[in-house]
Amino acid sequence: MADVAIPRAKPQMSEASAWTQLKHNRNWLGFWFMVPAMAFLIFFLAYPLGLGIWLSFTDTRIGRVGHFVATENYEWLWDDSIFWLSVFNTLLYTFVASALKFAIGLYLALLLNENMPFKAMLRAMVLIPFIVPTVLSALAFWWIFDSQFSIISWSLKHLGLINQNINFLGDTTWARICVIFANIWRGVPFVAITLLAGLQTVSPSLYEAATLDGATRWQNFRYITYPLLTPIIAVVMTFSVLFTFTDFQLIWAMTRGGPVNATHLMATLSYQRAIIAGQLGEGAAISSAMIPFLLAAIMVSWFGLQRRKWQQGESND
Amino acid sequence: MTDLPTRSIDLKNVLSGSSPTADHSEGMSYLQSVPRRIVTLYLPLAIIVVILLFPFYWMALTSVKPDEQLLDLDRYNPFWTWSPTFKHFHKLLFESYYPHWLWNTMYVAVCATVLSIFASVLAAYAIVRLRYKGAHLVGGLIFLAYLVPPSILFIPLATVVFQYGLFDSPLALILTYPTILIPFSTWLLMGYFKTIPFELEECALIDGASRWQILIKIVLPLAIPGLISAFIFCFTLCWNEFIYALTFLQSTSNKTVPVAIVNEFVDGDIYRWGSLMAGALAGSLPLVILYAFFVEHYVSAMTGAVKE
Repeated sequence: MADVAIPRAKPQMSEASAWTQLKHNRNWLGFWFMVPAMAFLIFFLAYPLGLGIWLSFTDTRIGRVGHFVATENYEWLWDDSIFWLSVFNTLLYTFVASALKFAIGLYLALLLNENMPFKAMLRAMVLIPFIVPTVLSALAFWWIFDSQFSIISWSLKHLGLINQNINFLGDTTWARICVIFANIWRGVPFVAITLLAGLQTVSPSLYEAATLDGATRWQNFRYITYPLLTPIIAVVMTFSVLFTFTDFQLIWAMTRGGPVNATHLMATLSYQRAIIAGQLGEGAAISSAMIPFLLAAIMVSWFGLQRRKWQQGESND
Repeated sequence: MTDLPTRSIDLKNVLSGSSPTADHSEGMSYLQSVPRRIVTLYLPLAIIVVILLFPFYWMALTSVKPDEQLLDLDRYNPFWTWSPTFKHFHKLLFESYYPHWLWNTMYVAVCATVLSIFASVLAAYAIVRLRYKGAHLVGGLIFLAYLVPPSILFIPLATVVFQYGLFDSPLALILTYPTILIPFSTWLLMGYFKTIPFELEECALIDGASRWQILIKIVLPLAIPGLISAFIFCFTLCWNEFIYALTFLQSTSNKTVPVAIVNEFVDGDIYRWGSLMAGALAGSLPLVILYAFFVEHYVSAMTGAVKE
């Protein structure tokens, strides 16, 4: 409909030179406007994406051009228990962290949506973990979870709950809990603030009407807030799942995959194999193995989204 | 197809404490008594906020504690110190490459951000307003590009960077960061450009302005809030980026702050914690200060990324 707004070449102006016409041709102009962005995305995103999949079928090492070895890397990985452990860790990490991030984030969003003093300041403070570089806050967690001087162990000991220091990052279960906790800590502000943005678009009169009709707070949430929020929840959770699944920096700064590979995610394992051990082909195979999972995550949220829209009786634009 | 459905929600006045819809909600708070509000609202909120902010308190406290207090938890109360010292910061600034690293990070972040904003402004304008053939499809592809995570790309990118002879140079980061930033900022700016009335452009076209003039003289001045949002958010993303910097840089003096702190300060020394935390704090402060000035722009950038 907006096309009407752009004056097209009018018949009486047809004597204008070909150059002038070209200058006003939208496709031609559009092409030149797109060049810088497309150049970056093609050379440094699309091409490497393809190259990565190609590398995963070769035996490339650092400093040596590889040869095509078909699916040898994948067959190798299929029998590699550390790889499967990293897949398990990644799924566990993604699932637990995303679910808790969603639950706590939604709860925090609901709390922040209430009317209270210092509202703006509180919201600003909540977002700080998201602003500070992940690695730097991960280092703070590393110190908080130190085996000897952990402040948590100290506090628990003084409360009389434990007798010995907890070996937070040295014990497999504790290490997993700690990295998941740090991930949740870092992700909750994002989920909370974006969901809060969605909450603020819900008209208060809906709640007033429902309350007059005798709805409880839970019913208010279940039948008004939640349905109206589903589209934004789907998008936020897609992002959250994607970035949790491919997380690297938090793990690398806190545990580097240890103890005994208990916190190795697929991304950290591929870094270790490709860059540290120099097996680029094998590392590329591990990171290419993430792609099906990512596609599945995108598909699930995408189709989940479509169905919800249809349920709400919206048009499918 | 390419637009995610949430665009039907209007997120314009999100989050500023004074948003009009938000203020109406006090209409129903009288239904709750004060003690009930304390238990259901203030208490959980306080717990969450304390947990969210505690690591920063701990970081700051560690960075000013003298070494002997850091490791002696029996004689000193670990939650406070009465004898703060700037020794760790002094060590950081005068006995390490820290100023170098800060400068590298700043340099890479500013260059990559400026490049990406330039490319994104043109791309977003072309997609939203020129509406060339296939613009819709390209918009969708750019959104998909946003979903491609760096941890899939770093291995092939390392070989590309090596081939072009960019290894261990800041240029490697300046050229690769835009792949993360362009999809995001294009998407954000598309949202802003859509809100600028068409009539303004029509008038300019009738007056004989070229597309370039329209972009520079009409659209950009009106989209300044969007540009600021995109700029500071991209800057934050650059500062936060880790895996590319870890892979593409090698020499100590070329590193960026996050990589350098993780690699250079982590040695066997049990007294390292003070300078480690000082480094982490000094690396976060520029962003937190920037954030303090532009809270609302951050929030609109964040929600804008999800909006479309």
